Amino acid sequence: MTALRNDLIYLVVFAVAVLAMPIWLAPFGAAYPDLMQKFAIYGIFAIGFNILFGMTGYLSFGHAAFLGVGSYAAVWSFKLLSMNVIPAIALAVLVSGLFAAAIGYISLRRSGIYFSILTLAFAQMSYNLAYSVFTPITNGETGLQLALNDPRVIDRALFADAPGIPRPNLFGIELGGYEAFYLCAVILILCFFVAMRIDRSPFGMMLKAIKSNQTRMAYTGFNTRPYTLSAFIISGIYAGIAGGLLAVTDPLAGAERMQWTASGEVVLMTILGGVGTLVGPVIGAVVIKYFENIFSAFHMAKLEDIFSFLPDGLESFVVSIVSPFVGEGWHLTLGIMFMLIVVFLPGGLMEGARRIRARFGGGRGTGSKAHSSNPAPAE
Amino acid sequence: MTNAVLHVADVHKSFGGLHALSDIDLQVMEGTTHAIIGPNGAGKSTLLNVCIGRIPPDSGAVVFDGKVITGKRPHEINQMGIVRVFQTPEIFPDLTLLQNVMVPAFAKRDGAFTLNAFRGADRETEIRDEAEHWLADVGLAGYKDTLAASLSRGDKRRLELAMGLIQHPRLLLLDEPTAGMSRHDTNSTIDLLKKIKERGMTKVIIEHDMHVVFSLADRVTVLAQGRIIADGTPEEVRGSAVVQEAYLGGTHR
Ligand SMILES: Nc1ncnc2c1ncn2[C@@H]1O[C@H](COP(=O)(O)OP(=O)(O)OP(=O)(O)O)[C@@H](O)[C@H]1O
Ligand SMILES: [Mg+2]
Repeated sequence: MTALRNDLIYLVVFAVAVLAMPIWLAPFGAAYPDLMQKFAIYGIFAIGFNILFGMTGYLSFGHAAFLGVGSYAAVWSFKLLSMNVIPAIALAVLVSGLFAAAIGYISLRRSGIYFSILTLAFAQMSYNLAYSVFTPITNGETGLQLALNDPRVIDRALFADAPGIPRPNLFGIELGGYEAFYLCAVILILCFFVAMRIDRSPFGMMLKAIKSNQTRMAYTGFNTRPYTLSAFIISGIYAGIAGGLLAVTDPLAGAERMQWTASGEVVLMTILGGVGTLVGPVIGAVVIKYFENIFSAFHMAKLEDIFSFLPDGLESFVVSIVSPFVGEGWHLTLGIMFMLIVVFLPGGLMEGARRIRARFGGGRGTGSKAHSSNPAPAE
Repeated sequence: MTNAVLHVADVHKSFGGLHALSDIDLQVMEGTTHAIIGPNGAGKSTLLNVCIGRIPPDSGAVVFDGKVITGKRPHEINQMGIVRVFQTPEIFPDLTLLQNVMVPAFAKRDGAFTLNAFRGADRETEIRDEAEHWLADVGLAGYKDTLAASLSRGDKRRLELAMGLIQHPRLLLLDEPTAGMSRHDTNSTIDLLKKIKERGMTKVIIEHDMHVVFSLADRVTVLAQGRIIADGTPEEVRGSAVVQEAYLGGTHR
């Protein structure tokens, strides 16, 4: 079928674009592993978030909790079992899935704004508990770190001890910069593939029907709760995988990852890129992490340097205007970006791309107007 | 003698001080088309709401196929074989017409919940073909890829009818299925409903349009202010003086 072929092309293009990041990101000055890892990891986080928010219509404000839980699980796996990433990611999946099942079970008793507030409350609770009751697990403010004398039972049983704290590896391949990026990239592609299958499946169709008219679903013979709960758990697992990968690239887990700002960020990524589209959330994640990297790197001295060509009085004036928007204040810039998108491009960057294609591309793929508000079939 | 598919037994329902339904006792016989008529606010839609589990009755029970269904959840009632077409169209506005009709077909085939996430919906050719067939039957064949939100009210009703029919219900409850339709569409809907009747589907139909009632119904129940004031064959009801006064002669357009 042609729909199937289109999906295959879509997947291949996506995979090539992700794997070739080191090449095409170079002109933007973003082709270094640390940043590209972030692109891939937050891409996974946003794809999963979109399964709940974009497909099912439930806006969670607490998804960073699953990210944090995934990180803790992965670091514990490094400490207790092995520095191999496979058990670490597996444990992150398991723990975040269980955690999502518990939180989802309660939060999904409500919908709309009440659901959002419940998830926010649970995430803040987890954040606070990480600093209090759960310090034996989370190591509180210091954060959970690797130590020389960690048990690492599997590694110790199989290999001789090497000196120093070992790094995460994949069956012996040490995951330095590029290796870690490619690991994240491959997992991102897998996650994208799974999301695409869900989107095209009857299950995905039911999720979209729930988003469209949930009461009708009950009178159509569906028990909607297991559907919404499954979507919640799946997206929680995506967040857990992302959290696990964060721990792989930097084996340290802290509770700040669970803070509400982190939960809000994934909402922004998804909306910025295009809610309900498959690739939009990834684009949103890349754009936000890219600009965060640029804007937060600026500081006073650098600004003065940039504007030094201006006359003295004017220079200090311009610097004083620009400085609140960079460095620590980069969230201000993010807020403005977000407002502009929501006001002028409510469908996110994907809608922008579609408009440009419609204006310049002409004929191809403009057969049905359905696409503008129903991203299901083509994108 | 045929048996009753649906038995509404002594149902009461009030909203605050308003008696929306009092002493309702009603049997719908297998294979028949049973019309419920009555002036606005008589309680007709409320009666259907009680039947499908949307509103719990204050007292009394609804028995379907010999089983008490009061207290069951809406999706359980649907899975038992009762399907309702609503007075204000209830569809999935963000899905295409084809998807709108495929969704209830999945409920019928796979039950109230299935995690079938790894098989493309495209490959469900049986369900797809059946959905296309029903869309054609209600006269919407040409629009299967348009979004349901863009339909006119009359077309939304026809879509919802297809959504109900694809489930092959034991009992189909229709709440003013032809309201908002042109004369032409009304007539084709009547034809479609007659065709379904030949296949033995039991139907309850609420209608204001007497032309529709008298061309389809085997039995007519008249409701006014929450009470049954008459019940009989269309001819009997048409002749009844009470009905003339309460409804047909008085407020009817
Ligand atoms: N959920 C509800 N809460 C409060 N009052 C209700 C509710 N549903 C119906 N009513 C009231 O009950 C009465 C009967 O309403 P119902 O919708 O059953 O009438 P109807 O016979 O279907 O009328 P119509 O021909 O206008 O559709 C009305 O007075 C209505 O306002
Ligand atoms: Mg009504």
